[in-house]
Amino acid sequence: MKDEVILLVEDNPDDEALTLRALKQNQILNQVVVAHDGVEALHYLFAEGAHAGRDTQEMPHVVLLDLKLPKLDGFEVLRRIRSDPRTRRLPVVILTTSKEEQDLIKGYESGANSYVPKPVEFGEFVNAVKQLGLYWLLLNQNAPLPGRM
Amino acid sequence: MPAAGQQSLSRKLTRMSILVSATALLLACAAFVAYDLATFRQAIVRNLSVQAQLLGSNSVAALVFNDPESATNTLAALRAAPNVVSACVYSANGLPFAEYVRTKEVSPAPRAELGEGEEERHWFRRDEVMLVHRVVFQGKRTGFIYLESDLQTLGERLKRYVMISIFVLLGSSMAAVAVSTALRKTIVKPIEDLAAVARSISQERNYSVRAVAQGAPAELSVLVEAFNEMLVQIEQRDREVREARDGLEHRVELRTAELAAANKELEAFSYSVSHDLRVPLRSIDGFSLALMEDYGDKLGEEARGHFERIRAATRRMGLLIDDMLELARVSRAEMQRGRVDLSGMARSVEAELRKADPGRRVECVIAEGVEAEGDARLLRVVIDNLLQNAWKYTSKHASARIEFGQMSLNGSRAYFVKDDGAGFDPAYAGKLFGAFQRLHGAVEFPGTGVGLATAQRIIHRHGGRIWAEAEVEKGATFYFTF
Repeated sequence: MKDEVILLVEDNPDDEALTLRALKQNQILNQVVVAHDGVEALHYLFAEGAHAGRDTQEMPHVVLLDLKLPKLDGFEVLRRIRSDPRTRRLPVVILTTSKEEQDLIKGYESGANSYVPKPVEFGEFVNAVKQLGLYWLLLNQNAPLPGRM
Repeated sequence: MPAAGQQSLSRKLTRMSILVSATALLLACAAFVAYDLATFRQAIVRNLSVQAQLLGSNSVAALVFNDPESATNTLAALRAAPNVVSACVYSANGLPFAEYVRTKEVSPAPRAELGEGEEERHWFRRDEVMLVHRVVFQGKRTGFIYLESDLQTLGERLKRYVMISIFVLLGSSMAAVAVSTALRKTIVKPIEDLAAVARSISQERNYSVRAVAQGAPAELSVLVEAFNEMLVQIEQRDREVREARDGLEHRVELRTAELAAANKELEAFSYSVSHDLRVPLRSIDGFSLALMEDYGDKLGEEARGHFERIRAATRRMGLLIDDMLELARVSRAEMQRGRVDLSGMARSVEAELRKADPGRRVECVIAEGVEAEGDARLLRVVIDNLLQNAWKYTSKHASARIEFGQMSLNGSRAYFVKDDGAGFDPAYAGKLFGAFQRLHGAVEFPGTGVGLATAQRIIHRHGGRIWAEAEVEKGATFYFTF
């Protein structure tokens, strides 16, 4: 389980630090790859740009995706993930500050597997990250990715 | 179009002129004929009287010398007077002396008498006139002359008069038709034109046409001008109405566009609030907690208290943002109207409140079957806010009573939520529904002051009204209508 990578797409360094801290506090010791904008996230997934040469056979176990991102926003990233056969079945959890109904609807319509609003209170946030880890890393069974069939 | 049975004006005018001229002519003819006949009868009588005098003079000798043959010869001279039917000479004692008849069938009338002192008398009988004349010779009454004349000439004269009258009537009727036809041009034609214009206007709603007054008599010209003036006014009013409507439509379009822009701005604003205002709060809370967790043992009791205050403030800020977003959401959310079971809603809110605060002793009286027409999601927010308020402001009392129901108010239906809690000073009732306005301190009763503003916004969007009545420590009642 430890070698399963978590891709965290997050532009805010505070949120990044807090998310990593919450993961650590919950004993989730998987490698966390952080992409700071939408383009970087896609580069990692499809082994382009700074991540050229990465083995695309290896896909993250789950993507934690913020919506408000520089360059490409979360919805666009999600749309690209779903339109590429290599990442079509990749579990994507939207982890965002917004509780707006329009974001929820658009998120699920773009193909999100889950939508978790980040609580303002850190205690609740730690708890939410714990539940996420438990569910997506332990309970949930991913569909096999095309490269591994 | 004239209704059936109605006659056209020109026909009426023709008939009228014929009737007037015929009546005038008839009356004139009748008067003239009556006068003429009377005069003519007098002339006949006078003529007869002269003949009687002549006959009397000529018969004196025959009467005196008792020579009837001579008298008969004298009477025979009457052959020259065709209208004398019969004549008779009587002796002084009233016995017939000599006779004349124009034809054999006519028998002379029996003797006639004159009154004492009467010299001559005449009388009419059917179509005849009779005359008796006394013959006097040297102051002595010698005999009578009796004459009987027919009135044939009078009848002929009358027949002629009737014929002439008929011809004159016919002629004058024709002249009346001709005159009324000529008058048609000046009187009837302008009226008919006016009627045609009025008809075309009422059918085609074209108010730009005008009636022509040229050649019409003065009164008709006034009528036509008044009619045209009326058309001008109608046209002008029509134009004003159209312009006002166009202007209004334009203004509505403009306002709608402005409103849409404002709505869009508000949406963008609240979206950005939802994201951006919460992010730093999480950092403040998160790193405060991280500091406490990592360095808590190195910090004093006071420092830990400060951190608690920072975190409490963060939570409060988070609540404020949530409530503000809720207020913005209910303002712009699309309404989906339907029948809403308010009683059911109130019961479900009550259950939530009891679950969250099981220790409270609150009697909730919720009326059955209270329904309203509106957006279920938004109305749920109203019921939620009002019952939560009632629950909150009765919390300082050992036991409380909260009531939800409906009542009739000035003929329309009003809903109410009533509690027996802290209430408020009615002097500040005006501030109650303003956003972030509170009548109690946050320590006394927690809250952001947005709940009632949100409820009011929703009620206003339903076209209703919300207001409150209260007294300090005697509870509050919130009323609302749709």
